[in-house]
Amino acid sequence: MDVLDPLVLSRIQFAANISFHILFPTITIALGWVLVFFKFRFAATGDAAWMRAYFFWVKVFALSFAMGVVSGITMSFQFGTNWPGFMNTVGNIAGPLLAYEVLTAFFLEAAFVGIMLFGYSRVPGWAHTGATVIVALGTTVSAFWIIALNSWMHTPQGFEMRDGVAHATDWAAIVFNPSMPYRLAHMLLASGLTVAFLLLGLSALRRLWGDRSDEVRRTLVTGAVLGASLIPVQIFMGDMHGLNTLEHQPAKVAAMEGNWETGPNTPLLLFALPDEAARENRLELAIPNLASIILTHHADGVVPGLNDFVAEDGTVLHPPVGKVFWSFRVMVGTGLGMLALSWATVLLLRRRGVDGLPTPVLLAAVPMALSGWVATLAGWYTTEIGRQPWLVQGVLTTEAAVGDVAGGMVAGTLIAYLAVYAALMLAYVGAVLHLARKASAQGGPSAPQGPLPLPAE
Amino acid sequence: MNMFGDPAIWLPLAFAGLMGLSILIYVVLDGFDLGVGLLFPFATEAEKDRMVGSIGPFWDANETWLVLAVGLLLVAFPQAHGAILGTLYLPVAVMLIGLILRGVAFEFRAKAPAPRKVMWNHAFFAGSFLTAFSQGVMLGLYIMGLQITAATLAFSVLTGVFLTVAYSFIAAVWLIGKAEGDLQRKAVGWARGGLWGAGLGMAAVSAASPMVSARIWDKWFNWPEVILLAPLPLGSVALVIGLWRLLGRLPAPQDRWCWLPFTGAVGLFVLAFGGLAYSFYPYVVPERLTVFEAAAAPESLFIILIGALVVLPVIIAYSVLAYTVFRGKATDLRYD
Ligand code: HDD
Ligand code: HEM
Ligand code: HEM
Repeated sequence: MDVLDPLVLSRIQFAANISFHILFPTITIALGWVLVFFKFRFAATGDAAWMRAYFFWVKVFALSFAMGVVSGITMSFQFGTNWPGFMNTVGNIAGPLLAYEVLTAFFLEAAFVGIMLFGYSRVPGWAHTGATVIVALGTTVSAFWIIALNSWMHTPQGFEMRDGVAHATDWAAIVFNPSMPYRLAHMLLASGLTVAFLLLGLSALRRLWGDRSDEVRRTLVTGAVLGASLIPVQIFMGDMHGLNTLEHQPAKVAAMEGNWETGPNTPLLLFALPDEAARENRLELAIPNLASIILTHHADGVVPGLNDFVAEDGTVLHPPVGKVFWSFRVMVGTGLGMLALSWATVLLLRRRGVDGLPTPVLLAAVPMALSGWVATLAGWYTTEIGRQPWLVQGVLTTEAAVGDVAGGMVAGTLIAYLAVYAALMLAYVGAVLHLARKASAQGGPSAPQGPLPLPAE
Repeated sequence: MNMFGDPAIWLPLAFAGLMGLSILIYVVLDGFDLGVGLLFPFATEAEKDRMVGSIGPFWDANETWLVLAVGLLLVAFPQAHGAILGTLYLPVAVMLIGLILRGVAFEFRAKAPAPRKVMWNHAFFAGSFLTAFSQGVMLGLYIMGLQITAATLAFSVLTGVFLTVAYSFIAAVWLIGKAEGDLQRKAVGWARGGLWGAGLGMAAVSAASPMVSARIWDKWFNWPEVILLAPLPLGSVALVIGLWRLLGRLPAPQDRWCWLPFTGAVGLFVLAFGGLAYSFYPYVVPERLTVFEAAAAPESLFIILIGALVVLPVIIAYSVLAYTVFRGKATDLRYD
């Protein structure tokens, strides 16, 4: 393989850019709603701690939002610079969906985020809350459109091919394509979970630093309860999503399960090293029948195998097995870890309150602050790598979409992006920790809690 | 769908118009955001906070016009999208990195630990500069028909410098409206310097474009088109002279006319843009693809057009609302 192959480099570049981008919308989509919740709690109880929580987390929101916006702009240019074949073939479908995202979501959030962030003392309280709701709504609508497009790429319908170009025939069918409801629900829940564990983890860290403020108690409980209530729903939705994928993209499910031969009574692999050259797994650790039970709800249900997706001439038509297999396990494993931590925390909170939380639980919550990111990325890798070699399932291969930019040029820009992203990631984490430390320095047990700023009349 | 005649004719025209409009709005609005970054090295610490305060609530919405413009290019002219962005691969990448730096430096300079603030100020300037300069380079290469030779590169470096100066100019006149006291006086000085550069740049681009393209030459210097075109250069010269004299009297007592230079600058941008648009029509990729050849399928364009016509007025309405909320002189940004 040529090191400067533009296809490989463009794929790495796209994957790097979208992976970086998705980290921040994942936070802002749900954090917007959490901020609305803080404001409503304040309005209902008059408890100033809720407002302090708002003022701290709105800064995290502002940082994440800026990171999401700048990396998103990179995304919209990528299609033209690296994947011209994508727009040339399915532009008639992808175009309107992207345009609707810009028109209905991006402008909305961009215009109101200014009022939300800096307008607290310039507009009446209700208008500020209104702006916050609109921004939260904008991020959610944004997710709706982009997930509609992405899902269409997995389960395309509502179009016909004329001279090698896709033409829309039924917009409702395109937007509400078979995998879209599952993917959207799963993604929105993922966002909720990411924020839940971020709240929990960062609050736990502040407790460990000795911060005994009411604000941190509130956010810790909010994070734990939100996480504990969403994670069972997410696991259920994930199962539904998998069943949907089984129907539409069986090769992906076969790779997720690491199952080579189609057949009944398929075991669930807990561990294995899929070997694509030998077309078998090494070091299998499995639970008998469980994959059949999960996927068909019968112990003797038939589960598709990878060997069904090899053409007569030996061409492999299924995705790379190892990456999909392991990404899937990372996601599910993280999900189970979330279940354990959030339920344990909620049970302990009920029994002993915030002050009774044992230090090991707090210590465990700190690294889990990033668990949402891990699971989300792992999930997207499962989904996207599992679609290969297709870019649009059954319509366009990834290879056919790449542009003929010189490999050296792609390599150069790739290195530049990676360097910028690495630096920004450090700066982002550093800034969030710095904000937390600063807030905690003021929020110690005996620290004076100054008067609250008032919204404009 | 056929009520206005052949949709294969008027739909591409409508989209070329929409795209042109969003590029123009972008250049004016993000022009002064970027220009504020470009003027950073000339300002004191306190002035920097004020300058950022003057654009803080708006820059994100302003930048969204770029997303809309490239979105419309991608959506309405998919063929051209690949051809243009493929050729401009490198300047586009530089611009994106510039936009990234500029956008995050805003947030970080206010939230990172104090010693890092200086570093983020540099990043803010560097990001604004990379963005402005690479956009100018793209403009130059586009005028030169997307051919890459030593001569076209030299020309595009020139347009790069020119656009950078033009952005600093529009930022200076924006600050005349938004600032008070010393900063306002400084801004008047910046604007007088910038006006020179902007005027020279417009003259240089106007002189070079017809030299490169015989088609543009014909369009400009043929009778009777030359009459139609005459208001553009004449209007620009009149505006430059008017602005120069106006700037000589500012700041005026009671802060009179403080928004007049900005209005004049917008006029100048509109005229320059009008000239470019006139020259390139009907091409979307100069000399290669017309808007009609490059357009996407009518049924897809139609569904976007409906959305655009419904949503654009609403967007404009709430953009005006945002500017109204933050009207008046700039203050330092606060979350509470
Ligand atoms: C907090 C994040 C998170 C958590 C805890 C989980 N997932 Fe997930 N998963 C995602 C975040 C995510 C995601 C990032 O949102 C993906 C990528 C694309 C999508 O639709 O959702 C995804 C994709 C995805 C897919 C691929 C669907 C396809 O490509 O067609 C399946 C089958 C599951 N998930 C199943 C599960 C199961 C059974 C889980 C049980 C623990 C689970 N997910 C937990
Ligand atoms: C946000 C979460 C997403 C992540 C983390 C993600 C990740 C990835 C990864 C890792 C690949 C590479 C697969 C491979 O080459 O083996 C890929 C491919 C691709 N995805 Fe996604 N994706 C996401 C969402 C989207 C969306 C929303 C779209 C379109 C609207 C999209 C369009 C594509 C395209 C065009 C490719 C082909 C380029 C390539 O193979 O690298 N992706 N994605
Ligand atoms: C290839 C795919 C994608 C493209 C081209 C893209 C493009 C963009 C652009 C241009 C912005 C900036 C908007 C602005 O100026 O305000 C943005 C922000 C955003 N994107 Fe993406 N995006 C993609 C994938 C995704 C995915 C997969 C999601 C979530 C599921 C998502 C959700 C958001 C959200 C919520 C924002 C708002 C800004 C923020 O909260 O950070 N995007 N995106």
